[in-house]
Amino acid sequence: MATTADSFQAHTEDHGHAHDADHKPGFFARWFMSTNHKDIGTLYLIFAICAGIIGGAISGVMRAELAEPGIQVLNSVTPFIGVGDADLNAALHHWNVLITAHGLIMVFFMVMPAMIGGFGNWFVPLMIGAPDMAFPRMNNISFWLTVAGFLSLMFSMFVPGGPSGLGAGTGWTVYAPLSTDVGSPGPAVDFAIFSLHLAGAGSILGATNFITTIFNMRAPGMTLHKMPLFVWSVLVTAFLLLLALPVLAAAITMLLTDRNFGTTFFNASGGGDPILYQHLFWFFGHPEVYIMILPGFGMISQIVATFSRKPVFGYLGMAYAMVAIGVVGFVVWAHHMFTVGLDVNTKMYFTAATMVIAVPTGVKIFSWVATMWGGSLEFKSPMVWALGFIFLFTVGGVTGVVLANGGIDDNLHDTYYVVAHFHYVLSMGAVFSLFAGWYYWFPKISGKMHSEFLAHLHFWVFFVGVNVIFFPQHFLGMQGMPRRYPDYAEAFTYWNEISSYGYIIMAASMVIFFVNVFYALAAGKKAPANYWGEGATTLEWTLSSPPPYHQFETLPVIEEHHDYHNHLPRSDEPARA
Amino acid sequence: MDANIRTGLMAAGMAAGMLGLGYAAVPLYDMFCRVTGFGGTTQVASEADADLAAAFAKSSGTRTISIRFDGNVARDVPWRFKPEYPTDTVQIGERDMAFYTARNDSDIPITGTASFNVEPEYTGKYFNKVQCFCFTEQTLQPGQEVRMPVLFYVDPAILEDENAKDVEQITLSYTFHRTEDAEAEAAS
Repeated sequence: MATTADSFQAHTEDHGHAHDADHKPGFFARWFMSTNHKDIGTLYLIFAICAGIIGGAISGVMRAELAEPGIQVLNSVTPFIGVGDADLNAALHHWNVLITAHGLIMVFFMVMPAMIGGFGNWFVPLMIGAPDMAFPRMNNISFWLTVAGFLSLMFSMFVPGGPSGLGAGTGWTVYAPLSTDVGSPGPAVDFAIFSLHLAGAGSILGATNFITTIFNMRAPGMTLHKMPLFVWSVLVTAFLLLLALPVLAAAITMLLTDRNFGTTFFNASGGGDPILYQHLFWFFGHPEVYIMILPGFGMISQIVATFSRKPVFGYLGMAYAMVAIGVVGFVVWAHHMFTVGLDVNTKMYFTAATMVIAVPTGVKIFSWVATMWGGSLEFKSPMVWALGFIFLFTVGGVTGVVLANGGIDDNLHDTYYVVAHFHYVLSMGAVFSLFAGWYYWFPKISGKMHSEFLAHLHFWVFFVGVNVIFFPQHFLGMQGMPRRYPDYAEAFTYWNEISSYGYIIMAASMVIFFVNVFYALAAGKKAPANYWGEGATTLEWTLSSPPPYHQFETLPVIEEHHDYHNHLPRSDEPARA
Repeated sequence: MDANIRTGLMAAGMAAGMLGLGYAAVPLYDMFCRVTGFGGTTQVASEADADLAAAFAKSSGTRTISIRFDGNVARDVPWRFKPEYPTDTVQIGERDMAFYTARNDSDIPITGTASFNVEPEYTGKYFNKVQCFCFTEQTLQPGQEVRMPVLFYVDPAILEDENAKDVEQITLSYTFHRTEDAEAEAAS
């Protein structure tokens, strides 16, 4: 310690600062060459918000087009929205580009950066009592690779894609042969693939970083079984990333060489098989949906415990339910492919295995409810978002069990029922947990309190909006409306119109969100260290809001008397910085 | 070594291993299809296997099954390709010879390879080919027409499979694809 202290001293004298722990580099060095987990977390959150605005605006174009049958928006001559009415094929290709961009942006550049890069970076080190991530510079690379991936995806929209227009129109699944040189001769798909390579590489490096941080840098005394559930969720997510993303990388690299170097991995004329692409994609794709929701589970556990002023019910069950979801998530992938011609036995297996996942998921839902049971509930904004999450995620889970049936899926595959299902678990599940986490931690991140009134208003308007968008899509799907088309039979008009009204409500709620953010930053009250009171018991609440630039001048110690819930020092212990 | 570097490298190793497994999926999937008949992949049998099946058919008097033949070409192959007879009825276990005809309608020599499978897909593991034009590349000169044989039998084991024993008709389908490499060779 002596040497460290000496250099510390010298450093202080050089700069003449009294509080060295809070010394920050200049603007460019701080934000562009950042190695500080909190700054990188902030960058990820800002990036995710920007990407979310673009991805959300794209879905606005889609809902406008779908508000009535026929083509009326795609054939307008507005840049990015429509391509003019000269060529119907160009308009239809533009639709494919929009759905592709919406899916890829929301999955890879909104939900994942916000959950893992944003909240993960910010709060995993704080919650385990670590000064920073294990590999701070690699953390910086992860972020900028993600940004580069996003730029590559954006660029793909300006170069030729399919036979009839600009941009990659393959869907987020990039299925061969639509995505090979047969269906998409232009370079747009190459840029989209490159985008996934970059974002994937960034995520794999990030996952490595989280695993190392969580395994090696926990505060003394914090065993794995005393770790907060959010840290558990990020740990499981990091393993899923590490095991799933390389398979996607392999699949899209094969696609890239099929497109450019004459290999025939997915080309039947050379002995390849396009179905193999689907197997590889969904071997990644199914764990990917858990990657998007597990950190949300973790956040919800923290929030429900905080605002019930109780330890979470069934802590070990909660932790190992996430592990079980992660493990089983790797052996259910073909339920996305029930219509490719699997035989009955294969479908039976994948149906049963898929339904098994409802068990650990049920453990989590019931444990949240049991945590609240008899608790001293306080309906602050993070809690209402968490309650919204539990309700709506369960709705999405129920339709998931319906779709898991191979026989029923033959009928519902690629209909709006599927769209409704995965938006209930993602744009309501994942996004509600993101907003819950946002209102829970935003004052900790920024040091400024948001308006609780606006946060509640945001919740109610958003809740109504997304339900009006997506609930009618169950009806449309059951009536047989297929997804991925900009046009539909007139019989589907009624619920599509309502669904598009829902989008307007949802968009209005986003205005409230941004007003709240700007209000907090401009005029918000200064946030105290622990603004949620006695229910908030993890280590980030021992620090000021915002925490010092380098936290834990004195490393926290988890004593015998600490359990998995309460990591705060006893009142007779000295406070930490 | 630094504990962090060690953990980090272990994690990176897992990722690299999964990347390798992703590529290993290609030959493994191929092998899996060949062995299990997954996706309607037909089996290859020797003359001896065929004799054995025929003897079994003769001694136990198996039922007959209808075989439907289907032939088509990829869109860049200017061939006329079709079976001589659309269907045939054979005794299960008995060997049968069917012919396809192919005619090159273009004015250049074209080499093609046929991909194949059977429907219902779960009968793939009982559909045995002794000889087939699909095992090799076929080159047709401009205007040339050839008759191409396929010698096959349906394995009597199909009668013991709960899912497959009631199948009354198996469709055998071929698609001719252009073989790029061979064409370049022929041209040079």
